[in-house]
Formats: sequence, C-alpha cells, structure tokens
Amino acid sequence: MSLFDHKLNEIQSMLHKKEITIPDLVDESFKRIAAVDGDVQAFLTLDEENARKQAEELQKSGKTGILNGVPIGVKDNIVTKGIRTTAASQILHNFDPIYDATVVNKLREAGTITVGKLNMDEFAMGSSTENSSYQKTRNPWNLDRVPGGSSGGSAAAVAVGEVPFSLGSDTGGSIRQPASFCGVVGLKPTYGRVSRFGLIAFASSLDQIGPITRNVEDNAHLLEAIVGVDPHDSTSANVPGESFAGNLTGDVKGLRIAVPKEYLGEGVSEEVKQSVLAALKVLEGLGATWEEVSLPHSKYGVATYYLLASSEASSNLARFDGIRYGYRAENAENLIDLYKKTRAEGFGDEVKRRIMLGTFALSSGYYDAYYKKAQQVRTLIKKDFEDVFESYDVIIGPTTPTPAFKIGEIIDDPLTMYANDILTIPVNLAGVPGISVPCGFSDGMPLGLQIIGRHFDEKTVYRVAHAYEQATDFHKEKPAL
Amino acid sequence: MEFETVIGLEVHVELKTNSKIFSSAPAHFGAQPNTNTTVVDLGYPGVLPVMNERAVEYAMKAAMAINCEIAEESIWDRKNYFYPDNPKAYQVSQNDKPIGEHGWIEIEVNGETKRIGITRLHLEEDAGKLTHAGKHSLCDYNRQGTPLVEIVSEPDIRSPEEAYAFLEKLKAIIQYTEVSDCKMEEGSLRCDANISIRPFGQKEFGTRTELKNLNSFNFVRKGLEYEEKRQAEVISSGGKVEQETRRFDESTGKTLLMRVKEGSDDYRYFPEPDLLPVFIDEEWKERVRASIPELPDARKKRYMEELELPAHDAKVLTMSKEIADFFEATVAAGAGAKQASNWLMGEVPAYLNAEGKELSETKLTPENLAGMISLLEKGTISSKIAKTVFKEIIENGGDAEAIVKEKGLVQISDESALLKFVNDALDANPQSIADFKDGKKKAIGFLVGQIMKASKGQANPQAINKLLAEEIAKR
Amino acid sequence: MTRISEEQVRHVAHLARLAVTDEEVHKFTEQLDAIITFAEQLNELDTSNVKPTSHVLDMKNVLREDKSAPGLDREEVLKNAPDQQDGQIRVPSIIE
Repeated sequence: MSLFDHKLNEIQSMLHKKEITIPDLVDESFKRIAAVDGDVQAFLTLDEENARKQAEELQKSGKTGILNGVPIGVKDNIVTKGIRTTAASQILHNFDPIYDATVVNKLREAGTITVGKLNMDEFAMGSSTENSSYQKTRNPWNLDRVPGGSSGGSAAAVAVGEVPFSLGSDTGGSIRQPASFCGVVGLKPTYGRVSRFGLIAFASSLDQIGPITRNVEDNAHLLEAIVGVDPHDSTSANVPGESFAGNLTGDVKGLRIAVPKEYLGEGVSEEVKQSVLAALKVLEGLGATWEEVSLPHSKYGVATYYLLASSEASSNLARFDGIRYGYRAENAENLIDLYKKTRAEGFGDEVKRRIMLGTFALSSGYYDAYYKKAQQVRTLIKKDFEDVFESYDVIIGPTTPTPAFKIGEIIDDPLTMYANDILTIPVNLAGVPGISVPCGFSDGMPLGLQIIGRHFDEKTVYRVAHAYEQATDFHKEKPAL
Repeated sequence: MEFETVIGLEVHVELKTNSKIFSSAPAHFGAQPNTNTTVVDLGYPGVLPVMNERAVEYAMKAAMAINCEIAEESIWDRKNYFYPDNPKAYQVSQNDKPIGEHGWIEIEVNGETKRIGITRLHLEEDAGKLTHAGKHSLCDYNRQGTPLVEIVSEPDIRSPEEAYAFLEKLKAIIQYTEVSDCKMEEGSLRCDANISIRPFGQKEFGTRTELKNLNSFNFVRKGLEYEEKRQAEVISSGGKVEQETRRFDESTGKTLLMRVKEGSDDYRYFPEPDLLPVFIDEEWKERVRASIPELPDARKKRYMEELELPAHDAKVLTMSKEIADFFEATVAAGAGAKQASNWLMGEVPAYLNAEGKELSETKLTPENLAGMISLLEKGTISSKIAKTVFKEIIENGGDAEAIVKEKGLVQISDESALLKFVNDALDANPQSIADFKDGKKKAIGFLVGQIMKASKGQANPQAINKLLAEEIAKR
Repeated sequence: MTRISEEQVRHVAHLARLAVTDEEVHKFTEQLDAIITFAEQLNELDTSNVKPTSHVLDMKNVLREDKSAPGLDREEVLKNAPDQQDGQIRVPSIIE
C-alpha cells in the first residue's frame, strides 16, 4: 500500500506520531514517478533537488497544517519561479518564470512541496492531452487510452499515485473531464473563487484553477488553501472564507437535485446514463430527491464556448511573439517575418486553429455575427442555470458522454473532440462550480458523476459529493499499474 | 480655387500618477532603460491588470475640465496589434464606452472666440519606447503602462493657427487640473493631426491625411501649413489627395509619406475580460469636480474685471497655472497688478529663456518680487537698479529691500548730492555743453549717461534731467 | 456554401502573425469552415434583446490605490530575452 492511499488527515497523523517523515513523503513521490512515469508520462519537469531540500527544511521547522509537507504536482500552465513553465508549448520551451502564481505562493504558505510540472494540452487547448508538444500522457487504467485533458497530466499523476494531489485548470471541463477519465476527484471552482494571477491565460472569462485529488475531503482541504480575493486579480471575488472540509456531514436529507434531460440525451452512452441513474438512487437512499429539469440552451454551449474561448485566446496568446521571452525563430528577414516564423514554429496545430478562429470571430465585419452573438447566448445559458437553481440545490449529470477514448482515435476530428466537453462547458459559461467524482466503470474505464452548484456554493457541492462517495466504493479502486 | 481647411486633432496626455495604470511600477520619466517595470508591464505569461484608482480620477478630472459628459459606466477594451513596444500585443484602451464625451473648449484667434468640440476623452495605457541601432531596434519598457488619456477633437478647426491655439488652450487647461505636466519634450503630451481641404461651401469633407511626428506646437502649425498648401496644389493640378499617414520632417519643414492606409486597420477590439467596468456615481463625480481649480478662462475674466489688467496680459498670464498662481501671490504680497504683470510677462520669461530654466528652479518668490516692485513704485530704486536687484533675487534669492540697502543701491534724489555729479560731468565735458547750446539735444543724453555711470546707476534720472538743464543755463 | 475562403484564412493568419504554407491554408480552411458552420447554429436563437455577457459575475469598480514600489531588477527583465543590447531587448529594425 502506498502512503498516498491515505487521506491527508491520516498522513498528518502519521507525521505527528513520527511514523513517517516529510522526506519519506517526497521520497514516495519520486520513487513512484521513477517506477511508472515512463509509462504514464504525466510529468514534464521535475524539481527533485529542491523538493528534497524543502522536505528537510519543513521537517526541521516543526511547522504543522493539513497540507504541510505533502508533495504536489502543478499543471504546467501555472507559473513557478525557478521551475521551467512551458504550458506544454514549444514557444515556451525555455521559459524560466521570474515570479510565482498566487496559488503557488498560497501552497508554499500551506507547506506543500512542488515535485514538478504536469503535462497538458498545449495552452490547455484540448480534451486528451494529445496536444502537448512534448509527450502523450497515458491513462493509468489503460495505457492505450487518453487521460482526458487538458489537465491530463494532473489527473493521471494523482490516479497512479505519483502525488496525492495536484492542481489543474478548467476552461471548458479541463479538470472535471480528465478526473472522470482517470477515476479521481476534480473540482472547477466558481469563477472568481481562485486567483488567476500566474495562470497562463487561455480564455480569461472562463479559466479557473482547481484541485484534483483521490477523495472529496482532500479536495476540500486543497481548495481551502488556494481560495481568496487577490489584489493582483481584479476578477477574484471578495467572498468570505469558508471551511469546505469541515462541512462534510454526510447529510443530504431534503436535498433537491435537478437532473437536466439534456445531460442524459443524445450522444451520452448507455453505461454512462445507467451509472448516473444508479448514483441518483444512492442519493435518494440518503434522503435526497431528484427531478428531471431542462437547461434548454445546453446544446448551444459548445459553439458558444468555441467562439468565446478562441476569441479571448487569440488575444491572450498574441504575447508569445518571440520578443521578450520564449522561443524566437532564427533567420528572420525582418520584424514581421520574425513574428510569423516564431509563432508558426512555436505553436501546434490546435492552438493555431483556435487562434485563427478567434481572430476571425473578432475581425471587422464578423464581430457581431460571431463574438457578440456568442456573448448573448452565454447570457441565455447562464440564465438556464439561474432558473434551475431557484428551485434546486444542485444539478447532477455525467461529467462526460463516454469513458476515455483511445489515443489517436479522434485527434484529427476537432468537432468530435469538442463534443466531448458538451456536459462540462455550460458550467464554465455560467461561472458556477462543478465537481467530478468516480461513479462506476465501463469496460474497465472509470466514469465520473458531475455535481454542479450555485455561484460560491462549493460547500453544498462538496457535501453532496462526499455523501455519495462515502456511500460507494468506486473511489477505492486503483489502477493496476 | 479657394479652399477651406478642416483639421481635427488627437492629443495624448500622460497622467502623472505615482504608479502605472495596472501595476505598482513607478510611472516616472527618465530612469535607466527597463528599470521601472513589473511582470505586469512586461506582459509576462499569467499576469493580470488591476486599475489604478487615481488614473480613473485624473481622467475624469481632465474630461470635466474640457466640459465632457462623464459616462456612468466605463469599460475597457483590448486593441490588438503586434509591435515590439506593445508587450501583450494588445493595448488596453476604451473603444465603446469612453470615460468622457461631448466636450468643448474655447479658443481665441484674431480677437475672436470660437468653440471647438471634443469628441471624446478615454483612458488607456502607454506603450514602451523603441530606439534604432543600425539593423536593430531596442525596446525599453519603462514607459509601458503609464496612464494616458487620448483626447479627440471634432473636425471644427479651420486653420493651423486655430490648431495652435487649441493646443495651447488644451495644455493650459490640463496643466491647471494638475493631472499632467504636458511636457512635449518629455513626451507627456503628444499630438497627431488630421487635415483635409474642401472648396468653400462644400459640405462633405475632403480626403484627409494624418500627420505624425509633430514634436512641438510650432511643428504642428508648420506641418499643417505645409500640408494645406500641398493638398491645394495636388487638387489644383487635377490630382487626388490620398488617404495616408505623413510624417513631418523638422529639418525641411515638409511632410513625407509614411504609409498609405488600406481601409481601416483591423484592431479586433473586444471588452477586456481581465478588467471590470467602472461605475461613476454623482457623489464621486462631485468629489472630483470640486477638486478642479479655477480654469484659465475664468481667471482671465477675473483679472480683467477685478485687477483691471488688459486682455492681452490676462490671457498671457493665465496660460500657465504656475505663472498665474505666482502672479496672484505677488499681487497679494503688495505689488501693483500691472507692474507684477509686466515683470512676469517681460523680464521673468526673458531670464528663463536665456538660462533654459523653469520658474520653480529659480530663487524668485512672489514675496521678493513684490518687495522689489514696491521699491520701484516708491521710487526707492530706479528701473535700471531694479534690473540689477531682479537678477540678484532670481539667482540668489533674498529680500529686495535688504539687498538694496546692503549694496547701497538706493536711488539718489537728494539735489545737493546730485548737484556734485552734474557739475563734475559738466566740468569734464565742455564740448557737450557747447553742442547742447548749438541745439544738439542729444548731448543731454550723453551727459545723463556719464552721470548714471559715475553714480553706479543710483541717480534719479528725472532729477538729473532737471538739474542738468538748470546748470547748463548757468554756464 | 463555404463560410470562410482560403483568401480569408490567409488574411486571418496574417492578422494573427502566423506563417502558413499552402497546404496548411487548405487544411485550416476546411477545418475552420466546418467549425464556423457548426457555430452558426447559434443563429437559431433570437438574441435581439439579450445583453451580451462579458463578465459572468456582477462585479465592478475593482481599483487599486496609487502606490508605487521599485520595479524589477533589469537582469530579471532580460533573463528570458532571446536577444539584448545595452540593457534593452533587441529586435530586427522596425524601419523597413
């Protein structure tokens, strides 16, 4: 049994009783990475020397706390001072950040030890981590399958026990979908809950950083450590701090659950449907009630998302121009040639495709028809959620329409790939929180249950997720690797 | 054919906040390259902007001073374009909802007052600075993120002279509000001009050209003068004015083609997702409005009505708040308004120009200037001595009366003392007496000069003239 | 009907400062056309009276106090620069 099969409070108790030391925890991480990362390929960069040094220092310091001394992996689009940060792109192949993201500072205060940076789809654009320009991360449950994306490295590393937890980012499902594919717990917080300062922006109005863990309780602990208003992020919300982990009562009596018919409709596999219905039965058994509702604009989510996210991305990624940092093409004839070559050589195809789509959607003559139209539809989608939340406490459905697909299976078909995010995207458009927890298996591959709450009501989302988790055994299953 | 000129100006003014618009880096001119930046200004991956409250207030203040309506809701947009001085490859600016719109200022040209409309004033970030080094250009990002307001005039200006007057007035107003230094030489005020011509009576505007590299108000005027002639020649010779950007060449006084505009540039503006809207309520507006001091036109009127200054004096003095404040303090310290005005429009700027100094860099104070003027008005010193005293107080400071006493510069009006100087001069210059008696009136001037020299300028010139006439008559 | 032509794709690639080969133009045109066609399903919705959402949270007036602090050391500013000279970042001449 691995040390990381224990929950955080158990690990802290073992540390307290001196059964283990902090260097043991870090050692466990690097041993496991050495054993399995050749197969899984979750990590892009390791920071072993520093991690071991920090472990020694923390062990000596006598500092305590629920996260203290615990190794963590960080998605490679979150900047870490002194640790190469690439966003899985060639254009940042040599980028050595000179500052830390706000979440990284908060983790340091909490005492976690960053062991390395995790693979992802380039600039978080993708649903399979196949768009990394460095390596393909594999699903620990079946190495022929994708781990999901874009936080594929973050989910796979936790699933395979390389780290007990990790940070991902979620713009259209990039935490929840890989969590679902890898059989772990992943939360996309309310937009504005966690500072984006230091998160390499993909789509600014949708991006959120969130925790990926093996169980709900640890997830709540990790979220507590990274939330809060940040003077460096105008869009971070000034909401009072809350104890998420302290509210996991297991009690869901009287909880009103909405199940959107659109989330169990066309394109959703039978096994996925059945696993969700079974989960609803479990919650019913615990005293909750559920009813079918409609989120009538759900089917427009994917189109709305691709227009808005790509438009913002076309602007956010313009700074990667070879001038101040990152890759610069050689043999440029002049300035414009330098820009064009640098960006053509530095970006992968999916990134280029989205930059071009976004540039088109914002360009003169098309703005109203595409960008503004999508912003208007976003209003309608947001309203769908508001209407449902007037009468219900949470919305529940599957996280993804199918379990993890094979590597290479749909990579050349952007639209099919995009459809994979159909159930997660509306949550980002509405800015509400959503979690994915393991809810079954199909063909040996994990399935995820998505629980969505009101703005800033992570507390209820966690309470429901935890009650369900405790009533089932899916989270106890581990990949054989 | 006779043409009417149509001019519109775009003026950029840097706001003098302590920190930059979106970061805590110092917003000061003149530091070593790339030492006044943060990761935010450099457009590092992951950074986000946070709006400087004072930048918003200063923009609001400037907008109010030029009679703009203040928008209840201001939002910021991204203007996307690639350039090495633009680190994010977008400039945060305001497109749809600027902070101020529909303003105006009044200018005076050839004694006539005219109102020039202001289309809009918006708040944005300044770019970095590029210099050229052979086959390369070098980027300094110190200026990146300095808060900037762009003020766009209506095409109401009809001559280069009016454009000049507009800029002078705009600069005066902005300086009064103390939101900017408006120093063109340091780039804290910059101007581009759009100009077209049309036959008198025609309603539609002609094709306009945009002039850049106008580094002083004088160059704005010269560039526009050249351009109105050039356009008239093009049209008169059967040609067509092209819509293009032209740069003013300071050495030749001509405008040269920079680039032809192919339709409008596609900046792909969209609302900046990283910044939230700013709502300005009545209370905030009133607080800012109350901080605006009396502006040049109101002061000018007051100087004419209360201090009975001529219109010209009132206009020149109020063009700069610094001078106007100095003037008022000088009057308050006891100087006559007209005398104070004469000095502040004459000797003071002459000295500053000659020395290349700012008033604040000298030792002149309203108190010592007023002290000197009172001595002059009382006849204690002559106007010639006054110039000596002035030089002393502007260079070294000190009290005028004390200097006059210490250096023995008091004017000699006592007849018995003067008589000695007069007779000494007459004794030494018999020829002048003869000349005078022959009707050569100029000879008196020579004698006065000799006496002033001998008395080190202290002799009272009126008294000497009188005594000379009497004494020559006796000989 | 195609939504986007190869010529438009070339123009968009230019605006986005991406060098593209003829082959890429062909491929991107097909793919973008499919995506844009898909996106046009939004036209099924009447949004004439719908306010666009730029910010999902109803927040406003987030402002910082005008306080300055020393900037970064120049070495840090230039640490990641591909090319530099005299404490500045060097690029090909902006004058063509």
